[in-house]
Amino acid sequence: MKGYDLFELAVRNLRQSKLRNGLTTVGISVGVASLVAMLSLGVGLQQLATKRLAGSGMFDTVFVTSKQDSRGFDREEDQKDQHPEKAPVLDEASRQQMTRLQYVTEVEPEVRVMGQIVYGGQTHFGFVTGLPMSARENEAFDNLQGKFFSSSDADEVILLNDFAKELNPQNPKSLVGQEVTLRYGEHQSLPAEGDASGRPQVSDQNESAGTNTGDDYGFSVVRKTQQLKVVGIVDEEPYGGMRTVSRGRIFLPVDLTEKLNMAEFSDMRSSLRGHGKSYATLTVRVKDPAKVSQVQDAIKNMGFRTFSVLDATKSLRRFFTVLDLFLGIFGSLALAVATLAIINTLVMAVLERRREIGVMKAIGASDGDVKKLFFAEAGAMGFFGGILGIALGFAIGKAINIGTGIYLRNHQLPAEPVWILPSWLIGAAIAFSILVSLLAGLYPASRAARLDPVQTLKYE
Amino acid sequence: MGDSMIRAVDGISLSIAAGEFVALLGQSGSGKSTLLNLLAGLDRPTSGSVLVQGRDLAKMSSEELARYRRNDVGMVFQAFHLIPAMTITENVELPMRFAEVDRTERAQRVREALERVGLGKRLGHRPSELSGGEQQRVSIARALANRPSLLLADEPTGNLDSRTGEDILNLIRDLSVSLGMTVVMVTHERALAERFAKRLIFLGDGKLISQEVTA
Repeated sequence: MKGYDLFELAVRNLRQSKLRNGLTTVGISVGVASLVAMLSLGVGLQQLATKRLAGSGMFDTVFVTSKQDSRGFDREEDQKDQHPEKAPVLDEASRQQMTRLQYVTEVEPEVRVMGQIVYGGQTHFGFVTGLPMSARENEAFDNLQGKFFSSSDADEVILLNDFAKELNPQNPKSLVGQEVTLRYGEHQSLPAEGDASGRPQVSDQNESAGTNTGDDYGFSVVRKTQQLKVVGIVDEEPYGGMRTVSRGRIFLPVDLTEKLNMAEFSDMRSSLRGHGKSYATLTVRVKDPAKVSQVQDAIKNMGFRTFSVLDATKSLRRFFTVLDLFLGIFGSLALAVATLAIINTLVMAVLERRREIGVMKAIGASDGDVKKLFFAEAGAMGFFGGILGIALGFAIGKAINIGTGIYLRNHQLPAEPVWILPSWLIGAAIAFSILVSLLAGLYPASRAARLDPVQTLKYE
Repeated sequence: MGDSMIRAVDGISLSIAAGEFVALLGQSGSGKSTLLNLLAGLDRPTSGSVLVQGRDLAKMSSEELARYRRNDVGMVFQAFHLIPAMTITENVELPMRFAEVDRTERAQRVREALERVGLGKRLGHRPSELSGGEQQRVSIARALANRPSLLLADEPTGNLDSRTGEDILNLIRDLSVSLGMTVVMVTHERALAERFAKRLIFLGDGKLISQEVTA
């Protein structure tokens, strides 16, 4: 039998008992809808999470920390290092070494210190962080009011809008172009305290810190001020608020923070450990995101701990695979029930149409034709159920989005869709629905094909 | 169907020539319907052979038997066995769907078959809207759809009054002559069989009792 004849006969048969087949089809559609709603929720949540990562613009960045510092992201790897105290320190020499690595464009420390802005006789407290010139490309600066830093050590500052409002509640924008005073703590090294045993040899001529005298083992924090020109005001935290340097309200060019030799929290740790100026975290920018893992490996070989968004997405993907699996299993339950309904409906149809099947065989239908006809009926129910299910699932998803939107707005948060129906899922759901229906049709179809025409045609 | 084997048809040796009109007669349970089903390829003999145009139905696969029924056999039943949900046209068209006849040709062949049985009108009606005689004409048209060489009729007049029954048998005989079709008809009405069939075959208890050639 030809395909269109098969389809025509199948649809005609389905229409014979509209109510029963309709109910079964609705059953399938509920199954498909629940599967679609669950999986789209998984997709939506995953996109929400990865969007935050992508917005951070950190796909080309490797974060480097010393293994001496707190335990890292990869616990298994940490277990391998029995003696973290012997691990190399993130000092100027290793920074220079990283700069020379292939594909590396920029190696900057993550500077974040406490500071105060004096403006109009008032003092305002805030965290000061150092931004590299490459931060200009981050999406946070797309709507920058004013300009970005003119150079990486200019006496300039960019303020977070919230902070600018604190300085000038009436007209924060007018701050652009004005001078403010930054009050900060300067790191001043103390003269060496004499010989202590087992102290590593530290070079007196530290390359970066010209103002540094002494051996850095001890230091004092001295209050200093610096005149800065406000060049811009930014609405959101750079890097999607995901980096140490994003969690600040006063942004300086990173080289300026180094020139000012600001006292950092990590300085105390370095001092206690008895080594010179070191960095808590170095941020290595890679020319091409595809080379990130290569650079990461090179830095790992130097004995440092590394972290990149690549690692985060890897574990995120693992998490969402498991989540999708669970959501899929729950979503499939309803479809499994619908499968039983299909089997039931078709077995009933075989019983009812015994004579009709016998007639068809008598006038030339082969066993295969009969089987195909019932398959086509199952498949058609799956197809229509799938389409209806997509529509239903879409409605459920929209409801979820509206619901969460209202909830988020009530909590003063921006509404974001948590439920996203990708086009591949539409196709996959319909295909899956047809497939499941065909499987359900397997038994009824073979039962119909096995019917003996002589028995069914006996005159009663 | 029980534990012991029942031989519905046993030891029958029979040959029917092409174009012949044969009637199978006998009491119910005599095995005449079973013999007809064997000829139709709906049933298979446990032993022996059924040769149609040199091919042994007993040795055919179920797929081959289906093809044989589709292309070489037309069947007419006592209870008409039309599909109630389908219109007259669709009922006649059905065997051609299985035979994968082209759509455009189907419409033409449906009209042709219905005209042959004297039903040029009422094509869009359902079987339940027709009289018994008309329904049997539709089922004959359906049997003719794939232009078979063998027409098998199982008590074709059993559900009809005698006048209508005669009309139907007249039609079958005319078709047999004009199309050169072999007809094997099962009946228990001897008088009708004598008037229309060229040869009468009497069965009893699954055995061939006697044969008679009519004038």
